[in-house]
Amino acid sequence: MKLKLHVWRQNGSNDKGRLETIDAPDVSPDQSFLEMLDDVNLVLARAGKDVIAFDHDCREGICGMCSQVINGVPHGGQERTTVCQLHMRQFNDGDEIFVEPWKARAFPVIKDLVVNRNGLEVIMQAGGYTSCHTGGVADGNALLIGKPVADYSMDAAECIGCGACVASCPNSSAMLFTGAKVAQLAVLPQGKVEAQKRVMAMTEAAKEFGFGNCTNHYECQASCPKGVDVKFIAKLNREYMKALVS
Amino acid sequence: MLLTQSSVGRKIIMAVTGFVLVAFVCVHLLGNSSVFIGADAINAYAQKLHSLGPFVWVFRLVMLAAFVIHIFFGIQLTLENRAATPEKNVQIKRLKTGFGAETMIVSGLVILAFVIYHLLHFTFRVTNPDIYVPLGDHGMINVFVMIVQGFSSALPVIIYLVGLFFLFLHVSHGIQSLFQTLGLSNDKSLPFMGMVSKLVGVVLLVGYISIPMLVVFGLIKL
Repeated sequence: MKLKLHVWRQNGSNDKGRLETIDAPDVSPDQSFLEMLDDVNLVLARAGKDVIAFDHDCREGICGMCSQVINGVPHGGQERTTVCQLHMRQFNDGDEIFVEPWKARAFPVIKDLVVNRNGLEVIMQAGGYTSCHTGGVADGNALLIGKPVADYSMDAAECIGCGACVASCPNSSAMLFTGAKVAQLAVLPQGKVEAQKRVMAMTEAAKEFGFGNCTNHYECQASCPKGVDVKFIAKLNREYMKALVS
Repeated sequence: MLLTQSSVGRKIIMAVTGFVLVAFVCVHLLGNSSVFIGADAINAYAQKLHSLGPFVWVFRLVMLAAFVIHIFFGIQLTLENRAATPEKNVQIKRLKTGFGAETMIVSGLVILAFVIYHLLHFTFRVTNPDIYVPLGDHGMINVFVMIVQGFSSALPVIIYLVGLFFLFLHVSHGIQSLFQTLGLSNDKSLPFMGMVSKLVGVVLLVGYISIPMLVVFGLIKL
């Protein structure tokens, strides 16, 4: 396959940035999107040019490092798929592909397609934990948790923290991320203890860091590579109101 | 953090005031629909409302407060959200959101302008003072005559059509949005509420524009 890439090139957050057109003349349909970029970078490196900087780690769709807006959609728009699991057979010979980084005030560009996602860590530090002694391994059934509750919590815990929800949101809101973390812990006995403090602290941290406000566009769920549901934002709202009246 | 400063707190304020406003819009249409029965019905309805005395003013103040608060936070949140995305991607493809959801601030401001016009037209009697004729000797005006004559020229009819179309857009996103914001939704109910939202929007649109349209086509006449 022959492809024409329009790649966002930006040298640090102070640089204005621009799209650069780069040809990918020999792409295998069996390659992943990142492997295709590896090949492009190899050619650039051999020519002594600046390679395209992009984030990646596990390359099996579970780490949440890859962060590219492909043709206007975070992770490329294939349902429940991260960039590393997006394969070139999804594209056609001769396609022009736009590759851009996450764009949000809270995610400043470090270089090209690499952005600083510390904002999500700041939200986690504000309340994405339970305070308990760890010690030895607890007896498996000492604390009974119903299967539907465990499933609900695990569905929320599917979030890999990639930031696609923020990138797809017209308001750059991190409410799906925050909602998933709040909901995941709020339904479990270990998390209920600090539920009220947590929802207040995490939503405040998100606002203070510069993420926008959620206005229910639901773009986040549509672009989430793990299909995290916006019902967790409704859950966050319920937890917030419970905290208000208690 | 104060409710009026927090992200979720202001969202809840938007939902509650939005609920008050959309409930009013529904009740207002229900009351107005007495015009379909005839002149006596709508005049009797208007007379009943005026006989409530101080309650009318309490009601008006509550509505005004909800309206002002909704607009204030709507504008504030929109400005904040725009600032949170100072630079957009060159290519943007939306997967889920719709025209109504993306244009809430525009439809909201058009509705604000429309409501001001509507009040000047039918409540404060500024734009068309000639459409008011007294009914009886209790200081009441003939509401039926006011409606028929109020829609006898093209300009008010066009303004109402535009205003009500934007109301439809606003409500069709707003209703399901307020349920989500108040935590009254899950993965099963959300698509259903999306449909209810659009349906209520259509009912409001058809219901409201049928009044000027029936006047224009001569089915409601003096």
